[in-house]
Amino acid sequence: MKNRLLPFTFKYGALIFIGLVILFFSLTNEYFFTYSNITDILRSISIVTFVAIGVTISLTVDGFDLSVGATVSLSTVITATMMVWYEMPLVVVLVVPLLVGALVGLLNALLIVKIRIPDLLATLAVMYIVNGIHKTYTKGYSIYSNMPLPDGSTAPGVMDKSFLWIGQGKLLGVPFPVILMLLAVIGAHVFFKYTRWGRQMIITGGNEEAARLSGLKVKRVRALAYVASGVFAAIGGILFASRIGSGQIDAGAPMLMESVAAVFVGYSVFAAGRPNIVGTFFGAVLMGVLVNGLTMMNVQYYTNDIIKGAVLVLALAVTFIHLNRRKAGR
Amino acid sequence: MAAVEQASVLNMKNISKSFAGVQALKNVDFNVRGGEIHALLGANGAGKSTLMKILSGAYETDEGAIEVAGGAHVFRSPAESKKAGIHCVYQEVDTSLVAHLSVSENIFLDRLATSGAEAWLRWGKLHEEAGKVLERVGLTLSPRTLVRDLTLSEKQLVLIARLFAENAKFVILDEPTAPLSLEEAEKLFGIMQGLKTAGIGVIFISHRLPEVFRICDRITVMRDGERVLTEDRENIDAAGVVRAMLGRSFEEEYPKLETKLGEPVLQVRGLKSGRRVRGVDLDVRRGEIVAVVGLVGAGKTELSRVLFGADQADKGAVTVGGKPADLRSPAEAVRSGIALVPEERRKEGILVRESVLHNLSVPLLKSISRLGFLSRKSERGYADKQIADLGIKTPSVSQITAFLSGGNQQKVAIGKWIGTEADVYLFDEPTKGVDVGAKSDIFRIIGKLAQEGKGILYLTCEFAEALGLADRILVMCDGAIVKSFNRGEATQEDLLYYASAGREELA
Repeated sequence: MKNRLLPFTFKYGALIFIGLVILFFSLTNEYFFTYSNITDILRSISIVTFVAIGVTISLTVDGFDLSVGATVSLSTVITATMMVWYEMPLVVVLVVPLLVGALVGLLNALLIVKIRIPDLLATLAVMYIVNGIHKTYTKGYSIYSNMPLPDGSTAPGVMDKSFLWIGQGKLLGVPFPVILMLLAVIGAHVFFKYTRWGRQMIITGGNEEAARLSGLKVKRVRALAYVASGVFAAIGGILFASRIGSGQIDAGAPMLMESVAAVFVGYSVFAAGRPNIVGTFFGAVLMGVLVNGLTMMNVQYYTNDIIKGAVLVLALAVTFIHLNRRKAGR
Repeated sequence: MAAVEQASVLNMKNISKSFAGVQALKNVDFNVRGGEIHALLGANGAGKSTLMKILSGAYETDEGAIEVAGGAHVFRSPAESKKAGIHCVYQEVDTSLVAHLSVSENIFLDRLATSGAEAWLRWGKLHEEAGKVLERVGLTLSPRTLVRDLTLSEKQLVLIARLFAENAKFVILDEPTAPLSLEEAEKLFGIMQGLKTAGIGVIFISHRLPEVFRICDRITVMRDGERVLTEDRENIDAAGVVRAMLGRSFEEEYPKLETKLGEPVLQVRGLKSGRRVRGVDLDVRRGEIVAVVGLVGAGKTELSRVLFGADQADKGAVTVGGKPADLRSPAEAVRSGIALVPEERRKEGILVRESVLHNLSVPLLKSISRLGFLSRKSERGYADKQIADLGIKTPSVSQITAFLSGGNQQKVAIGKWIGTEADVYLFDEPTKGVDVGAKSDIFRIIGKLAQEGKGILYLTCEFAEALGLADRILVMCDGAIVKSFNRGEATQEDLLYYASAGREELA
């Protein structure tokens, strides 16, 4: 009995836990399990999920990207200034922050892959730099339509209507960012499961030297992973600007922890024990459900963090107990 | 002394153990006398490591008892087993040593770490005592040296010194000679004799039969979780042991397939890289198996890595099939038609956490995908074919490679290259940690590759394998090829002479 039950718990424990949490909130609050609240939750996690997909990619190649939060902040304000300061067409508004995100990724790749600084240290340094850049760029102000400029005049542009629709609009009754998120999750999952490049990333992360000696170009694979991480963080930033309707300073600061938490909770989903997209998505869902439900129960915002942290610890404990048992061959 | 020897007998009686319903040990009786060297042999998976883990307290036995010097025990932890005087030196010496502490501290680690230790460390006394123990194992270095500065064989000696310091009665040596050079192994055998005369019972696990017959007093063979044979060394020969290990007669240890030699496929001229490869010239023809033999440290691994682009050459020219090979990286080397089965199988040859399926397809990802999407059908088909052709024993293609035996892992490491249609195969110590049964499978696979017209470069420090397998043997010493023999021209002694002679000149 015990022999059957344990693997089952490891495999489905995380999903059952999410189910129980949803059940609990549904029973305590009649408004929780309604269509509008469910879509609200999904919309609230859409930005974090994009960032978390990037983190999943960097973790897959056995790296780590601490700079994603700062990249979100930078891309948010760049997106907003493109419209408010420079009145650029929508295409430019969308493409420039993506390029900047890719550039941050390239910088990370240069430091980690070429100069071989350990990933945590390199991306920590880049996090500082990017944070500084985004504040220097905006001179410390948040960006909003027709904002007053330091020289006394007002900014010429406003936040584009069609741009705002990306973050606030609905398609067939479903918030558009939710659709984007689901597409990204499915796309990333397909990428890892069915494409050559996804497999190359998994193999490289599994054992870089063995991958190299199998003829993979591991440096290129790892560099691409950091670029992808930067781009996904940038998408998060664009969505943030669109959702809030302005370019908030330091918008991405909490994103790093939230996305990392989602990814690590994801380790425990289906007992994967490694970064995986489906797990990341469920991790983000769990975090979103907790925040939403606890807010409905009038739990203080700060208390939420204690509960989120505790859930993360629980997920990690389950994952690593399982991994260590598997390593011991039992 | 005689009385002590009389008293110290280790008896494992009727030991059974199963994991998740699979019986790993069936009613095994095993005994060791103080003052004997007792070889424990068996193919991988025969149950010898499980038996030793029960003895050292890492696993608890399901049934049976362990008697040490008359008292019955069930060891629930390594500490209990150590208390009874049973110590184990594992193959991975680094797991039992603290690298940034001194030799003395490592020797007395258990004593320093226990709660009964003295509150104050008396460094002078500690180093002095350590010095005495080091003398017993013939290690001439300061006890103050940090362990991280030691060579592998020195680390092993520190562990053996620890046995003396702990007053061990019985010692398990788990494949201690596998990572050692011949000279280092000789030194170890001397120390094992020392353990023996001190009345310590030594359990010696090894895959190398010649050394077993040289130094052991008794031999026990296990197969499929059972003890199949225990004999005094005088009463049995190597063929008998191999038969017992395999459960069938071992007709041809080195199957040699008839092949026609073609034009030269690999040509190496003046290859230099760092201090370990100092100007190597060699040719391999199609269908030819060329062995490169040498002692550990002769530069064989380095040579194979340079030829595969894993390390960079400083100088020299390499051609494959007449065309200059691009050796800037392994990826380029593969495209030039070279494949490497590296020495460190679990770290470099395969991805232990991935499935057999995914391991086999790593070098082929490009050719089995369309527009970037992997074709599951071709991937699966390729894996099924290699599993059948190479005889990889695995429950399914999705089995995680870590759970395969060493020999089957090696077959996976070979199988992944078949699809690249390489012209030249480099094998670096492919039989290391591989059991007898799988060894001959691997020899057969290599023979077949040669028959298909591949050029084989077989780098090994096992002279017997080179003699049995190769069409030509090149002896490597100190980074250069010093001698070449055709098949049947050389004996083990010749090879050893040339493999070590160059080194003596230098020293």
